[in-house]
Order: sequence, then structure tokens, then C-alpha cells
Amino acid sequence: MLPVIPTEFTPWASLAGGVLIGVSAVMVMLLFGRVAGIVGITSGAVVGHDRGWRIAFVAGLIAAPLAWFGVSGNFPEQQVSDNPAGMIIAGLLVGIGTSLGSGCTSGHGVCGLARFSPRSLAAVLVFMICAAVTVFLLRHVA
Amino acid sequence: MRAMFGFLSGLIFGFGLIMSGMANPAKVLNFLDIFGNWDPSLAFVMGGASVTAFLGYRMAWLRDEPLLLPDFDLPARGRIDAPLLAGAAIFGVGWGIGGFCPGPAWVALPIGATGTLVFVPTMLAGIFVGRRLKARA
Repeated sequence: MLPVIPTEFTPWASLAGGVLIGVSAVMVMLLFGRVAGIVGITSGAVVGHDRGWRIAFVAGLIAAPLAWFGVSGNFPEQQVSDNPAGMIIAGLLVGIGTSLGSGCTSGHGVCGLARFSPRSLAAVLVFMICAAVTVFLLRHVA
Repeated sequence: MRAMFGFLSGLIFGFGLIMSGMANPAKVLNFLDIFGNWDPSLAFVMGGASVTAFLGYRMAWLRDEPLLLPDFDLPARGRIDAPLLAGAAIFGVGWGIGGFCPGPAWVALPIGATGTLVFVPTMLAGIFVGRRLKARA
């Protein structure tokens, strides 16, 4: 678990970044007729038909911090836990949960809510509550 | 053409994650820490993204078909079932431990932090375990 590192409240940058994510989701709908769920795109890049644009989409995600470096001269600021056991468990749970539950923060959170999907609303409430409870337990109880 | 626009869409998505702060697990964990060091920024990410998608989707759906593929293919509006809720709960716990959901994990990959290099392959393994569980459910 990552130690508590204070972060600044950034409403405008976060709103602008959110709009960019929304623009990307609209592009995927307008161009490919699909929701921009990252887990769906990731597994669709490995198996199934129409793999090409999905592989390219994932490549675009991976290229983003390099392009960011090219524009700003800095890599994006990030602090990642270096506890291997914790990150193995986290990776497995995120992978299993998002594929079993048919979506992640983008598929259910952004695209699903934009479609007024009751399934996505239920998923968002459940994963938000479970994530907040997990952080509460790890930071304030354990 | 498809690959070029696929790449561009992913690049814009990744820039959005970086600019918003969502690509930083420390910021995600502080967003989730409602009763502690709460940083509400990520509510603005979700708000900005879903309102933009809501408006843009309505415009995209004015067309009969998308530009680069033959038809729109949207997730079915099924009922709220056990795999959905169990999956969302499992995902939530993993998100709360690592601060990574799938998009930010991909974006973090070339920065090469140890935790990321452990997280991404186990996430991919988990996705295929989850697909099997879902096929059986």
C-alpha cells in the first residue's frame, strides 16, 4: 500500500482532462460504433475480430506519457506503490473484477453513465463504495 | 485508417488521464479516502467525461452507422445480475489497494515504476481468468 501522499485539489485540470476523455469516447462511438471501455478494448485487442483499431488504441494510451514528455519536457507526476505483493493482488483483482463485471471506470463510469445504463450505474455505485471502504480499512483501520 | 484513428483516440484518452491527475495512483487513492486526506478532483474528471460523452453520443447516433465500421454495437441493456455486482465489488477492492484502474495502468507503463511493471501483467492475467468465470456464470 502506498503511504499517504497529499495531493492538491485540481478542479480545472481535472475537468479539462475529463472533457478530453469524453472527446475520445465520442470519437470511438462516431468512428467505430463502440463504447470506449478500456478493459473491453484490451481484451478485444487480444482475441476476437476487429483487433486492429483496439491494438492501436492501447498503443495510443502507452504513447501518451511519451508525447506528454515531448510537449512538456517532463514525465507525468506519479507515485506508485512498490510493494510487489500488494500490486500483484491489486492487478489480479482489477483484471478479474472488470472482466467478470463487464467494465471498468471508463466502460461503466464514463460510457455507461452517458448511455443511462442501469447496469453501469449499479456497477459504478458498487465499485466506488468497495474502493472507498478498502482505502478506509487500509489507511485508517489496519 | 482504422489504426490511425484508433491510435489517435487512445492518445487523446491518455492525455486526458494525465491532465486530469487520474494517471497518478496517489491522487486516485486520495479521492477514495473520503474520511481522510480527501481530494475531490476526480469527481470533476468523471463529470467532465460523462457529460461530454452524453452530448457527443447523441450527435454520433444521428448517423445510421459509424464512420469506419459497418454498425453500432452497444452493450446489451440486460438485467443487473450477480456477475456484474460481484465483478464490480472485486474491481473496487483492487482499485482501492493499488490506485490503478486499467486505463491509467496502460498510461503508466512506459514510465516504468516497479509497481506498474508488476500490476500490468497480473491485470492481463486477471482479465482472462475473469472472462472464464463470466463464461461459466
